[in-house]
Amino acid sequence: MKHRIIKFLKTPFACTFMAVFFGFMVACGILLVTGYSASYSMAIIFNSIFARPKFIINVILKSVPVILTGLSVAFAFKSGLFNIGAEGQYIISTVVSVITGIIFDFHPVIQIPLVIISGMLAGALLGSIVGYLKSKFGIHEVLTSIMLNWIALYTCNYVSMCERFHKPDSDGTYMINPSGYTLVLNNWKFSESGREFLKHNFILNDIILKTDFNLNFIFCVIICVLVWFLIYKTKKGYELRVSGLNPDAARNAGINVERNIIFTMVISGLLSGLAGAFTVTGTSSHNIQTLSMFENYGFNGLSVALISGSSPIGCIFAGLLFSGLLYAGQSLQYKIGAPSEIINILIGVIVFFVAIIRIVPILLNKYLEREENLNVK
Amino acid sequence: MLSNILIAISITLMYSAPLTLAAIGGVISEKCGVVNIGIEGMMSIGALAGATVGYFTGNAWLGLLCAGISGGLLALLHAIASINFRADQTVSGLAINLIGPGLAIFLSKYFFDGAALSLPVPSKLPKIINTKLLQDTKFANFNIDISVILALIIVLLTWFIMYKTKWGLRVRATGEHPAAVDTLGVSVYKIRYFCVIISGILAGLGGGTVTLAIISQFTPTAISGQGFIALAAVIFGKWRPFGAYFACLLFGFSQALVVILGGGEINISSSILAMIPYVLTIIVLILFVGRSSAPKASGIPYEKGSR
Amino acid sequence: MENIEISDKFAVQMRGITKIFNNHRALDFVNLDVKKGETHAILGENGAGKSTLMNILYGIYGADSGEIFINGRPVDIKNPSVAINHGIGMVHQHFMLIEKFSVMQNIILGNETTDKFGVINTRKARKKVQEIISKYNMNIDLKKKVRNISVGTQQKVEILKALYRGAEILILDEPTAVLTPYEIEELMNIIKNLKQDNKTVIIITHKLKEIKKSSETCTIIRKGKFIDRVDVIGQTEQNLAQKMVGREVKLQVNKTPAKPGEKIFEIQNINVLCDRNLKTVKNLSLELRKGEIYGLAGIEGNGQKELLEAIIGTRKVESGKIIMNNSEIQNTSTRNVLDHKISVIHEDRHKNSCVLSMSVADNMILTKYSKKPFCVNNMLNYEERDKFTEKLIQDYDIRPSNCKNQKIRNLSGGNQQKLIIAREISNDPDLLIAVQPTRGLDVGAIEYVHKILIKLRDQNKAILLISLELDEILDISDRIGVIYDGSIVGEFSQEMANENNIGLLMAGGKTNEAQDN
Repeated sequence: MKHRIIKFLKTPFACTFMAVFFGFMVACGILLVTGYSASYSMAIIFNSIFARPKFIINVILKSVPVILTGLSVAFAFKSGLFNIGAEGQYIISTVVSVITGIIFDFHPVIQIPLVIISGMLAGALLGSIVGYLKSKFGIHEVLTSIMLNWIALYTCNYVSMCERFHKPDSDGTYMINPSGYTLVLNNWKFSESGREFLKHNFILNDIILKTDFNLNFIFCVIICVLVWFLIYKTKKGYELRVSGLNPDAARNAGINVERNIIFTMVISGLLSGLAGAFTVTGTSSHNIQTLSMFENYGFNGLSVALISGSSPIGCIFAGLLFSGLLYAGQSLQYKIGAPSEIINILIGVIVFFVAIIRIVPILLNKYLEREENLNVK
Repeated sequence: MLSNILIAISITLMYSAPLTLAAIGGVISEKCGVVNIGIEGMMSIGALAGATVGYFTGNAWLGLLCAGISGGLLALLHAIASINFRADQTVSGLAINLIGPGLAIFLSKYFFDGAALSLPVPSKLPKIINTKLLQDTKFANFNIDISVILALIIVLLTWFIMYKTKWGLRVRATGEHPAAVDTLGVSVYKIRYFCVIISGILAGLGGGTVTLAIISQFTPTAISGQGFIALAAVIFGKWRPFGAYFACLLFGFSQALVVILGGGEINISSSILAMIPYVLTIIVLILFVGRSSAPKASGIPYEKGSR
Repeated sequence: MENIEISDKFAVQMRGITKIFNNHRALDFVNLDVKKGETHAILGENGAGKSTLMNILYGIYGADSGEIFINGRPVDIKNPSVAINHGIGMVHQHFMLIEKFSVMQNIILGNETTDKFGVINTRKARKKVQEIISKYNMNIDLKKKVRNISVGTQQKVEILKALYRGAEILILDEPTAVLTPYEIEELMNIIKNLKQDNKTVIIITHKLKEIKKSSETCTIIRKGKFIDRVDVIGQTEQNLAQKMVGREVKLQVNKTPAKPGEKIFEIQNINVLCDRNLKTVKNLSLELRKGEIYGLAGIEGNGQKELLEAIIGTRKVESGKIIMNNSEIQNTSTRNVLDHKISVIHEDRHKNSCVLSMSVADNMILTKYSKKPFCVNNMLNYEERDKFTEKLIQDYDIRPSNCKNQKIRNLSGGNQQKLIIAREISNDPDLLIAVQPTRGLDVGAIEYVHKILIKLRDQNKAILLISLELDEILDISDRIGVIYDGSIVGEFSQEMANENNIGLLMAGGKTNEAQDN
């Protein structure tokens, strides 16, 4: 019996669940100490995620970028690399997608892939720089990634203010040409007949009209499955896992570890780039703005990857959790005035417990084994 | 020209001081074998604590003290996770980076009625050169904060302790081969706890000097990336106090370059200028830094009895 | 077995020591009695629990039950500093030295002599250290960095460290494992001097010859259990071996003379640099024929590691050629080298030849994952992998037999090694390079590995055996080369080779001197 419990506690699911649970406990504690009602806060969080179809859809839509950046980080983790540069790859991708989206105006069938692929390639380029510098010069990936994040940020600011793209009297650029939008039924829902139809259907109205309804999430899930397939079913994936877990053994088995580092960073960059491109094509305002600090899509990806235990499929759920919490945080501040940063703390605490909780079943196991063994005597 | 040089020197020193404090913290932690990626979070909480205590007590020094303590407390969490729980130090450090800034803004809103900005502190940390005396001279722009001196003292002191005293010897040994230290009857855990907490205190002080010496109040962007730059300085400086100091100065200098070029006649976009420090760092890395020479046991949890 | 009473005639007495690791009893009610001033051996196979017992005495582990008496008085050794205070010193098998530090820094670490403010002053310590050095006739340069001194000297530094702390009881864990015959002589002299100085010495070993040479009494441990305590005089090696292993063992390897065939592998004048860009392999040449075992003897750090890496293509060859089956393979890629039917059993299996946190099945295909049938059209075929794994588990009797999906980390060292050997041999190599293939294995497993190597030779394969264990080289090689300072300094046929002539060359002696011996 005891062993079965321990076995269960050892499963990644149980570990993550415990971490999330403890995260909420600590967050409630902080709310209580600072004079807010914990139970009411939790109710608000729950409500603002599930109360209306619009909320649910928004949580799902907003989860796309964090799932993808999370996937990007998780993929790099699997091959032993720490892609703290997802943030920069995300930003540079939004920049390049916006540039292509403004300059060109083809039929959507060409325009959409063009915008998205250009963004992905930009992310991949940034990733490949990190990979190249690591494999060629041995420069730590964290170091170059941090620098490139800032370079991406200032590139974003430069392009935002660049005459060709800057929209007068604003902080940002023009929107991309509508041919690049990946919104579903975008023209119809604002047309007369569309409005008329939706008026009579509350749920559809809520889902389609009141949100930037798009199908990016579905693509995002497909990508997660593809990445899972790449990691666990293909030769390349095997090479990457071996390189990540034991580079020396990988070299001795004839695996070109250096080339795999570049490959990993390119794929990782592509995924973060996709996150950026999807944001540009799929959600308003379809442009970029000057940034005074990071928007944290990439950094949030780190948390998502960690909470998911670097599992591509797990990223989907961790991303949804993350997006739900961020979304709910805003209502928390709006409704009871509790600073929305409680959500950042909550996520931080969850990650903290993810870090330490894996040892709990191990310690428990050791303790029980020792007890049993001494009893036998 | 002279005034430009003086501006350059003061900006270099001003900008590098908080970085230096935090980077030295990073060096100390890495030297004992614990990777501290959570510097950013510790700086954030230090910045908030410094500004808040500075505002309510009116005493900037007391603020600075509390900035150090708050950073140390956050570091304690990291220490518990990475030493006792043998957690992945990167994950734990990232958690600190989420908790630190979140908690800082949360508390700012709590103490200042929902504002993410704190109210300005009544008195900043003193300058060592009185600006009033120099007001009408060529040296009017030559401003040096006390934090600059503090940073320099910390660098010297850390170097001295690390390389000249028995404590330094033990810390370095712990980062290289913890089991060896253990077999000599010196507690690895104690040394690591001590170093990680000191590391947090220094990062907290670094954050405190930002809000108490440079901008006089806490804002959500007061600490935006300095912790990561400090982390970069640790690696860049090859895990040595003076190396890290040099890296921070280089970084400060390129910031000064941005300011001076921005004020000059050449018409370059401020965004492009702002990239200079980062591009410069990458170039310097390619040219001068080869394979890294981190302490051998850095990042590896120590389990008693393992080799 | 008489029950010895606790008395102050004994430096160390341990009673009923039990220690549990990962659900098995590493030590089960073990007793130990060591008289003051004697040299006592603890004999047992790898994994029998010798080191664990001594680590408990030295306070690195706590025992789960049992008592310890020093000089007849009960003590509670919570940590090494308590042990040090009781006059216990320990030289670990894997030296506890910090390579970046100087010898002096290593000696004083944790026990520093200082001026004001904790500033280290080595002058004060130097006098004491020099006294010990001259007393025991050790030749050590205190200023040198540890990474720049030989393994033998490093061991002396470890002994010095213990004596500097005033050790009266000195534990040596497998002290001769990495030494040349000459260095072993030196060590034996140091031990004699220690004895004259009335110090108590405990030697952990699984080598029978050494016990006869060094010790008066001996405690034998098998699979965590106390077997016997005997006076060494009056015991034969055969006798001791039987007690250690628990069955009759053959001390000699059975093998027929080799019938070498054509040349298959050749190294011509290669030069290789080490990590610090020093020339470490110098103009080295050697050749191997089908159907022979070539033993490469040498002390650690004479270029073996760099030579191996140069062969398998993970290190650049500066000049010279490596030829396998008539094609040059130097400076190509590891994949190319492996494709030329070369397989390697690496010394450090955890670091170099398996992925500990992957399953047994995944590890089974590590050197063949890209070949059919395991990989078709860039996809892995898990069915083939599993079938193959199950077959090898059965053929090589890897235990537990249902371990296919377990992480390889959970297997015992012997079974991990079996798995790796099975995998490499299943590649059907023309040349098998085996580096320390029996490191850390027990007698049964060692016999098994040796048998397999000889069987492979009899199937007309070439085998390059690189080992630090001279006995192993002498036992199973057909031809023996000695590597010193990056070059082959002498080659012998098995009949001509003996401990003396090889040992002399290993330590840097001249060839003609070796032949005189």
